Amino acid sequence: MSAITRPGLAPAQGAPAPAPMTPAPATVAGPVTQVRVVRAEWTKLRALRSTRWSALTAIVLIVGLGAIIAGSGTPYKISGSNTAAVGISTALLGVLFAQLVVGMVGVLAFSGEYGTGMIRATLAVVPSRLPVLWAKVIVLAGLVLPVSMLCVFLDYFTAAAIESSRGGSAFSLTDPGVLRTVVGSSLYLTVVVIIGLALGALLRKTAAGLSVFAAVFFVIPIIVAVLPHKITGFASYLPTNVGGALWGDPQTTAHALSPWTGFACLCGYAIVLTALAAWQLRRRDA
Amino acid sequence: MIEIDGLTKRYGDKTAVDGLSFVVEPGVVTGFLGPNGAGKSTTMRMIAGLDRPDSGTVRVNGKHYPQAPAPMAELGILLDARSVHPGLSARANLLALARTAGIGRRRVDEVIELAGLGEVAGTRAGGFSLGMGQRLGVAAALLGQPQTVVLDEPVNGLDPDGVRWIRLLLKSLATEGHTVLVSSHLMSEMAQTATQLVVLGRGKLITEASVEDFTGRATGTGVLVRTPEPVRLGQLLAAPGITVINDGTDTLRVSGTTAEQIGTAAWRAHLPVFELTPTHASLEEAFMQVTRDSIEYHAGATR
Repeated sequence: MSAITRPGLAPAQGAPAPAPMTPAPATVAGPVTQVRVVRAEWTKLRALRSTRWSALTAIVLIVGLGAIIAGSGTPYKISGSNTAAVGISTALLGVLFAQLVVGMVGVLAFSGEYGTGMIRATLAVVPSRLPVLWAKVIVLAGLVLPVSMLCVFLDYFTAAAIESSRGGSAFSLTDPGVLRTVVGSSLYLTVVVIIGLALGALLRKTAAGLSVFAAVFFVIPIIVAVLPHKITGFASYLPTNVGGALWGDPQTTAHALSPWTGFACLCGYAIVLTALAAWQLRRRDA
Repeated sequence: MIEIDGLTKRYGDKTAVDGLSFVVEPGVVTGFLGPNGAGKSTTMRMIAGLDRPDSGTVRVNGKHYPQAPAPMAELGILLDARSVHPGLSARANLLALARTAGIGRRRVDEVIELAGLGEVAGTRAGGFSLGMGQRLGVAAALLGQPQTVVLDEPVNGLDPDGVRWIRLLLKSLATEGHTVLVSSHLMSEMAQTATQLVVLGRGKLITEASVEDFTGRATGTGVLVRTPEPVRLGQLLAAPGITVINDGTDTLRVSGTTAEQIGTAAWRAHLPVFELTPTHASLEEAFMQVTRDSIEYHAGATR
């Protein structure tokens, strides 16, 4: 390491140091704005390797699984209850696995900072704190929405091409419910990342955040699927289920809510959790 | 300037900081001393608004820090524990902080050079040694050219070159008119760097003084006198407020008066004096005396 020769804050060629007690030396730091905090959060997110790996994994899971499903078994024929929308939601099965990756990215956005101690640096420069939460919501949604939209449309076109090449029915985005299913699965993943983020902010520990997320989004839906309906009535209101109402979630056949009511309910969960996270972020010691 | 008034912080039933009040003035380096667990780090976290006081107030440059419109212009802080993301490079860590205040890449590169991190700026901070991590933390604290700089144990883990860098840096910041509060357990280093001191023990203020006054008050400060007539000179000097210790050799330890007065008195009484040496307690000795009663964690077998 090279020797340090120039102490002080001023650049090398600056004016001579002012006399002691000069009020407020010049500074380069401007006011904190929401836009600036968003840029700061984006700087972190794009520089983290885990972000790139997660995006890549989501693409492989969604498009890869979709292609496998479309290319195996008997070709899909649209008729009766086998609507075009159901066929497409089946090809979107990878969303159920990608949601775990997306949820992890959400949880880590906060728990990663608590775990490493970076949160102290983050909150020391944004001591009003809440702009950090809003910025993370914006950059995560701003990342997951376009990436997942790309994934699900790639999945749709791949699955449709494979089906028609194998002699299955031709799918069209104008078939009833198809566009809603495709776009809806991407909207679903976007809300899921916000729920993960809120869990990470509330629980602070990566292990706790991931466990709760995986339990709610993966383990409990599987358990209730094999239990008698009498004791699993609440399952209709699980986030996977209300969100599944929008995009068809092939794991669940009967959805209690209509597509957009279900999605509104999912957004409601995200809003409540984010509000709790905001309240706690303001209140608790960092 | 940092103004702390009646600050109290409890964690469960343990009071970490207890009714603390002091002021850190701009233009000088103020040392923040206290044994482990005295509440220094907690106080620093409250200055940065990371921990909420149970009562009392902290003002940084006259403002309530969490409501400062441009926080990075007000305060730069290095905390005791690491506060960088190991998965991000040194540059990305700094850039993420800089963005919040609209600070550009040029300033980021400037502090990277300033902290001697030029060669490792692109590597992930997770692989940094303790000293490199400290340099990165100091770089982060300086990023916004803040009016007030608070550094918790900045020389911890630094090589001699780094220690010297911190010393010169702090002095030059003070000369430029910044407010500088720095904690350290290295008393010799603190004695060279700080001019003012705030000393804590068990969450309470023990003293707020200049380094000179602080060491002057400690026993061990006085005059060493070597004379062939220790008994007669001892009797001559004895007066209220003056302590003379005669250990049976030809040397007296006198406190409460000056070398000038002892020399004059000896000359008037025609007593020969071979040696007349003012002695000073070191900052370490003064610190040990003052905090003896408030040390939280005594080492097991030292006494």
